[in-house]
Amino acid sequence: MEMIWFGIVSVMAALWVVLDGFDMGAGALHLVVAREERERRSVLAAIGPFWDGNEVWLLALGGALFLAFPAVLATSFAGLYMAVFLITWCLVLRGISLEVRSHVAGREWRAFFDVLFSLSSALLPILFGAALGNVLRGFPIDSSGQFSLGLFGDFDPRSASGVLDWYTVLVAAMALVALAHHGALWLAHKAAEPVRSRAARLAGPAWIGTASLWLACGFATQHLRPDLMSAAWSRPLPLALGIVAMASFGASFALARRGRAGLAFLASAGFLVALLAATAAAAWPTMLHSTLSTRWSLTALNSATPAEGLATGLVWWSLAFPIALTWLFLLLRLHRGTIQPAADGEGY
Amino acid sequence: MRTTTMDPALDLHRLQFAFTATFHYLFPQLTMGLALLVFAMKTMALRTGQARWNESARFWIRIFGVNFAFGVATGIPLEFQFATNWARFTEGAGAVVGHTLGMEGMYAFFLESSFLALLVWGERRLSPRAHWGAALALFVGTWLSGWFIVATNAFMQHPVGHVVLPDGSVVLESFGAFLTNPWAFVQYTHTMVGSLVTASFVVAAVGAWWALRREHEAVARTNLAVGTSFGLASAILVAFPTGDWQGKLVAEHQPAALAAMEGRFESGSHAELVLIGQPDIRTETIDNPIVVPGMLSFIAYGSFSKDVKGLADFPPAERPDQIELLYYAFHIMVGLGTLFIALMLVANLWRWRGKLHGSRPLLWALLLAAPFPYIANTAGWMTTELGRQPWAVHGILRTADASSEQVHGGSTMFTLLGFMGLYLVLGILFLFLVGREIAHGPRPAVGAAH
Repeated sequence: MEMIWFGIVSVMAALWVVLDGFDMGAGALHLVVAREERERRSVLAAIGPFWDGNEVWLLALGGALFLAFPAVLATSFAGLYMAVFLITWCLVLRGISLEVRSHVAGREWRAFFDVLFSLSSALLPILFGAALGNVLRGFPIDSSGQFSLGLFGDFDPRSASGVLDWYTVLVAAMALVALAHHGALWLAHKAAEPVRSRAARLAGPAWIGTASLWLACGFATQHLRPDLMSAAWSRPLPLALGIVAMASFGASFALARRGRAGLAFLASAGFLVALLAATAAAAWPTMLHSTLSTRWSLTALNSATPAEGLATGLVWWSLAFPIALTWLFLLLRLHRGTIQPAADGEGY
Repeated sequence: MRTTTMDPALDLHRLQFAFTATFHYLFPQLTMGLALLVFAMKTMALRTGQARWNESARFWIRIFGVNFAFGVATGIPLEFQFATNWARFTEGAGAVVGHTLGMEGMYAFFLESSFLALLVWGERRLSPRAHWGAALALFVGTWLSGWFIVATNAFMQHPVGHVVLPDGSVVLESFGAFLTNPWAFVQYTHTMVGSLVTASFVVAAVGAWWALRREHEAVARTNLAVGTSFGLASAILVAFPTGDWQGKLVAEHQPAALAAMEGRFESGSHAELVLIGQPDIRTETIDNPIVVPGMLSFIAYGSFSKDVKGLADFPPAERPDQIELLYYAFHIMVGLGTLFIALMLVANLWRWRGKLHGSRPLLWALLLAAPFPYIANTAGWMTTELGRQPWAVHGILRTADASSEQVHGGSTMFTLLGFMGLYLVLGILFLFLVGREIAHGPRPAVGAAH
């Protein structure tokens, strides 16, 4: 039962990254790919109907952790207090600026909200990437099952100690560039011209950036967590998923070059899902690795709630999951093909 | 049960949650009620084919959208705070309340976000019947969402369906008992009807504003009709029977909260109901009271002579810690609720005689009444949450044992001040946006600018 919920949490995390990832990536590129009012509206129209539902996957993921592994949620969020609130405020500002923008008339106000939206959209992958970096590297969890980390480390490559240090910032950079690549492909598939072509032209450099950062993150992780990397190489599941990730990643480049942006986007989604799933499968059963002693690590086995409750949760979750996917499918179907920028005053 | 350790950051954790939750609830209390009213308008549009119903619905869907966006943005910090500031609550009660919080995301939020997108962006793409269906789905989604949150809170107020483990954490024993908590049913009806009061008053106020300015006559009349009829029904229902049920539950399960709500220090039979007066904690008396003899006994237990316990009967560790605030919050809620019924009775009387649209004093009263349901709903939640103290989960986990030990007061002070600044700006922005929509008025049917 613990393994099933570990799987559910991993799947929901991956789905959230793939879905919210394209709107965060598109938002981060907002100022680059769109300059005039109509172009900016094209970007917003391409993510407008989706972003809110995409973000729900984050909340649903939090709910799944809350019920299955509350100790993991509590220890990580309380220990990373300041970083979590930075993320929270970015989420607030991003949602508000996106929704408010088309409600205000003045050019300067719209420019202001465009910048706010783009900045918060770029900061979120950085902060979430840094959080992922922290989870990979581990936390100084002691016998009390708690830790508390300051916001900054000393950036000395020989040690890795803060929420933001050389390693976590490296992972953050990869998250930003990989999601920018993902978002560029979405825009190249959904947005109206000229945003579509500009986004398509950005996909190539973003792919190369992702590839080099991926390589760098791999070496850095090997250096910091040799145990995690050797698990990745020796277990069949993470190895298979890793190969899928590489194949999808290569396919997204090839497809984008042939102008098949929609398929390239799907390949990029496959890459992100497979990479995250491979990481989770290599880490199993550890959820929060303790850098002090693995005895104190929080694992899916020692921090799960009792099996009866998890079984009950599995029943309602299995009913809800296909329903949630149905709503998503309906929405994608209604907005299939290119989404033209909305007329002034449409939407809300 | 764990030992109580006094954490100096505790008050800051509490204040931050109270502040962010209060600000957040300004938005969903409108959207939950409004979802029903929009659905009613779309139904009338489908049945009568009159343009004014669709124009009204279109206007309120835009207001709904703005409120929904602010509700989502301010709701995320609440979910996060369970883990950041209330880590021991999350660890101790996650095995139970994680179910409802998780179900809210999976069943309600996806439904709401998808169908709001269809409702807002889809009028041109969908048939009228499908657009009506989107309004229905949005209504179901928002009311489901309310159920899951209230069921979570009801567990904290009156835990059922659980067992307490030796380490003090609670786990689920009966999912059915947990989901059908009688407290949840009562609190849900009371909360949702309260939300309908806010939505009805706001709809009536916007109708009154346009009527006073002699603008958008058809839609103004529609809004006045919808707002005052739903306003009267909900203002009555929020008091009888739902408020009455809620009071009896508090009397039965949280007698110390009832004593504090009423500022009742001494026990005894024929308990009087305090209409007006200020509780004085040092002398344990009510200053300048106006009371109705025997009424509190009757409201709480259905008999004028029944014993009602006073605070003196409870050891200090079992009493709510904010007695004045609890007393004032409860009395403000009840007092305003009474005025709401009176105002809506008069408004409906005038409407039935066909004189509402022309009666400027009454239109002014309806316009200026709009903020007060927000105050009443806020006061109601303060009554509930302060009455639950000193418990996070009543009788099981003390609030003092629920906070995050590893988070220092300084960090919480920083984030609390950050929220205050951020929410001040958001509040101004919200008023500006809604004001702009109201000034613009209803929009014409699907076409160039819809």
